[in-house]
Amino acid sequence: MLVEYFTIGIFIAIAIAFACFAVLASHFLGQRKPSAIKQAPYECGMTTVGSSFRRVPIKYYIIAMLFLIFDIEVVFLYPWAVVFKEYRVFAFVSMAVFLGILILAYIYIWKKGALEWE
Amino acid sequence: MKLPEIDLYLIAPEIILTAFGFLVLLADVFSPRTEKKGYLGILSLIGIVVAFFYTLPLIGSGKSGFEGMFTADGFALFLKVTFLIIAFITILISMGYAEREGIAFGEYYALILFSTLGMSLMASGTHLITIFLGLETMSIAIYVLAGMLREDRRSVESAFKYFLLGAFATGFLLYGIALLYGATGSLQLKEIATYIASKNLLRNPMLMISLVFLTIGFGFKIASVPFHMWTPDVYEGAPTSITAFMATGVKAAGFAALIRVFFTALPQFRPDWTSIMWLISVATMTVGNIVAISQSNIKRMLAYSSIAHAGYILVAFVAGNDIGISGILFYLMAYAFMNLGAFTCVILLGKKGEENTLITDYSGIGFKYPLLAASMTVFLLSMAGIPPLGGFMAKVYVFSAAVKEKFYWLAILGVLNSAVSVYYYLRVTVLMYFREPQREITGLQFSPASVLALIIALIGTFYMGLFPANVLSFAQKSIVGLM
Amino acid sequence: MILPPVPPAFYLVLSGILFTIGVIGALTRRNAIVVFMCIELMLNSVNLSFITFSRFLQSIEGVLFAFFIIAVAAAEAAVGLAIFVMLYRSKETINVDEVNLLKW
Repeated sequence: MLVEYFTIGIFIAIAIAFACFAVLASHFLGQRKPSAIKQAPYECGMTTVGSSFRRVPIKYYIIAMLFLIFDIEVVFLYPWAVVFKEYRVFAFVSMAVFLGILILAYIYIWKKGALEWE
Repeated sequence: MKLPEIDLYLIAPEIILTAFGFLVLLADVFSPRTEKKGYLGILSLIGIVVAFFYTLPLIGSGKSGFEGMFTADGFALFLKVTFLIIAFITILISMGYAEREGIAFGEYYALILFSTLGMSLMASGTHLITIFLGLETMSIAIYVLAGMLREDRRSVESAFKYFLLGAFATGFLLYGIALLYGATGSLQLKEIATYIASKNLLRNPMLMISLVFLTIGFGFKIASVPFHMWTPDVYEGAPTSITAFMATGVKAAGFAALIRVFFTALPQFRPDWTSIMWLISVATMTVGNIVAISQSNIKRMLAYSSIAHAGYILVAFVAGNDIGISGILFYLMAYAFMNLGAFTCVILLGKKGEENTLITDYSGIGFKYPLLAASMTVFLLSMAGIPPLGGFMAKVYVFSAAVKEKFYWLAILGVLNSAVSVYYYLRVTVLMYFREPQREITGLQFSPASVLALIIALIGTFYMGLFPANVLSFAQKSIVGLM
Repeated sequence: MILPPVPPAFYLVLSGILFTIGVIGALTRRNAIVVFMCIELMLNSVNLSFITFSRFLQSIEGVLFAFFIIAVAAAEAAVGLAIFVMLYRSKETINVDEVNLLKW
């Protein structure tokens, strides 16, 4: 029975082997000249000020949630696109109704001010 | 290429509810912020009336469409009428209450319309996808509505608990549906029944597990013991108008889907689910009534009483004959009137920042607010099952269905439970008329819309008690072809 | 070299295991977000079942149902996270044990 997983097993083995090889190879072959700047957590850019666990404006969550909702519509667009050629006008109208409802929701959040950053 | 069958008249009520939901939402955001928003409630009421007038011509046609995904049979239409009445009264109550509590946004009314849409989809769905989508449309709207009072910690907590437990129950329901699909290869209820009958799958373990999971999923929505733990917390914390909506609408929709799935798709398993439901019914009635006795908050007491009522309805579900199912329809409508009425009284006794929901707050109001107290008495007596009110006739039908199918013990336990329930309903009445007020309740404002809601509920309760034959014959005609 | 595919029963067992992990997690965890993630795990295990059945039965309905579950789960997540944020604002915690204002 387990022979059916053989291909997956080979794949996993190769993946692990390659990852180990890459890490070990750079460990043994690479040169190292440590300096204070290279040891810093951020090698380039600004040094961080204060704790990295800061309060984030609530706007991020709102945008994230709205993105989530509108992103999911794509899940219906893919199967629709597959059968579009077969159903043509019917498919177009159905999807227009669906997207129309989404646009109403979009107008609502826009007017509500959920997309304004300030 | 064959186009799917589309019949827009069949789903006209649903389309109208959706359209008005969006109309209310957009009307809110396009009007100036400072403006009074009283017209939003009226707009929603118009939507419900229009949906109602598009529902009526469908009655008696018994048509179904959308490739067997949707039906407008009598059963669905009776329930749709009930849902629209519930939504109508809820919005009437809200027009005073939501304004008082500062939550009369467009979203509030729109979400009520959307959840009514979900309920009618649940009643009309003959395909598990339709039923599931209806259930979720209803539930997600209610999760938000329960937390509408953002400043009130109890409301937030209520939404939180309802959401987590609701999502959890959805998981079980879905797994049940998945197993049902796996065992029968279909999601259409009639096709499932045909397949089970033709292959004789009565001892199929997958179907057995599926039955258990479906019972858990629906048991949560109708708040039956042992899946009732969320009910008192959620009902107490949610805005009172939404509590009324949940106790009547969500429960009725849960029963609609439960009956549809069990009687249409799984009639072969009748002996199996009858014995499970027998136990659940008895437990639900008993726990609901006994715990209700010790409550000190009226919303909590009504929550436990609504659990007990779910138990009575399950008695008829167990009986499962014609009287039983039409009795359930009758019961759901009668319960809608009396329960919405009782919650309206609870709302009217409160004011901004002072809810007055302790049962002791009711002492002595019989003399101060005689009409309010009298209506409250009528609703409580109706729930206790005292003639000549709607609740009495509903119980008669439900218990006689059980007797007819020889479930004598079930009927006896039901009647005994009903007798216990008289105690806590009468206690409130006694407090209202025979006790001195514990503290002054003054400055109540009776908004005209709430009073109208109260009058409608009173008329409904009396009408169903005095002239039950009309509604019952409508209910009996409605269930033709369901089983 | 083409080996025979993994039998459908294996997927169903995996789905059952995932569902059980989800249920146990939802019942025992105390952080609301983790509880919610466990519930999402339950929904996804159901999706796996649906897709397996759909392929096994050669019927498209199961896949369709999975799409709808994904969409509904997204809507639920949006509402749920909003409720958690609201709860955190009013109580400064999302530990389910500390949400205990309402009880008898």
